[in-house]
Amino acid sequence: MDLGLSHYLAVSAALFTIGVVGIFVNRKNIIVILMAIELILLSVNINMIAFSVFNGDITGQIFAMLVLTVAAAEAAVGLAILVVYFRNRGDIAVENVDLMKG
Amino acid sequence: MAVYAFWILATIVVLSAVMVIAARNPVHSVLFLILAFFTSAGLLVLIGAEFLAMLLVVVYVGAVAVLFLFVVMMLDVDFVELKQGFLSYLPFGLLVGAVFLAEIVMASFAGLENHVGTFDASPGAETNAEAIGQVMYTQYMLLFQLAGIVLLVSMIGAIVLTLRHRPGVKRQSIAHQTARRRSDAFELKDPSSGQGI
Repeated sequence: MDLGLSHYLAVSAALFTIGVVGIFVNRKNIIVILMAIELILLSVNINMIAFSVFNGDITGQIFAMLVLTVAAAEAAVGLAILVVYFRNRGDIAVENVDLMKG
Repeated sequence: MAVYAFWILATIVVLSAVMVIAARNPVHSVLFLILAFFTSAGLLVLIGAEFLAMLLVVVYVGAVAVLFLFVVMMLDVDFVELKQGFLSYLPFGLLVGAVFLAEIVMASFAGLENHVGTFDASPGAETNAEAIGQVMYTQYMLLFQLAGIVLLVSMIGAIVLTLRHRPGVKRQSIAHQTARRRSDAFELKDPSSGQGI
């Protein structure tokens, strides 16, 4: 059996689902939620690169680079918000975030 | 041969992704996240997308995961408390996950026979990086520049969010020092004798 597009789609689908489940089961821990979002973005990247390679079209790899850029930016801003929240509250419990509204 | 390598790497990716969301200690979560990034870079090398694989290692492992590790270790949080509710959310999460997985599998494998094209990781070039460079700096120049702006804005945003001026901290202000004049510093008094000021 040769290595095919469906192999990579299966891995990508599994990673995406694990990321979504991770957001659901770790509802109190925002650090793990951010990591689950990174997993989802990783699965999107694998999907795009797999389609790009198996179709012989380089555009998918360019777009994977853009997704990578956005993932890095999102992680930086998300963790900055987390640090500010921790500084103000002393914990990172997600259910208390609505206390921060003015 | 490549298929065996694929199955090994894919198993490691999926298992470490499960450990990311299931680990009790977030530091272990971050380390499993790094493992998942590394092995998915290996998956990309298998199909010849070497440049993106290296980018995954550099950006995800070198920047994002280390940032996560830094924040997890810096924040002094009671992680046992945060883990509560994991089991009560688990059935619902698994249900949603199963539905999601079924939908993705049905949607993506239904249209697979329509996919036409040949396996080529670097069309029109010798190497993968060359193929990417040929289109990224010409056809997608605007997107490339916009990606740089996204990074700049997020960098400024992160700095603005976390910068704080503590009151009561004494700092040297060179501009203030050099702008000081004799008249700001002291004034002459002429108290009459036997009296204070």
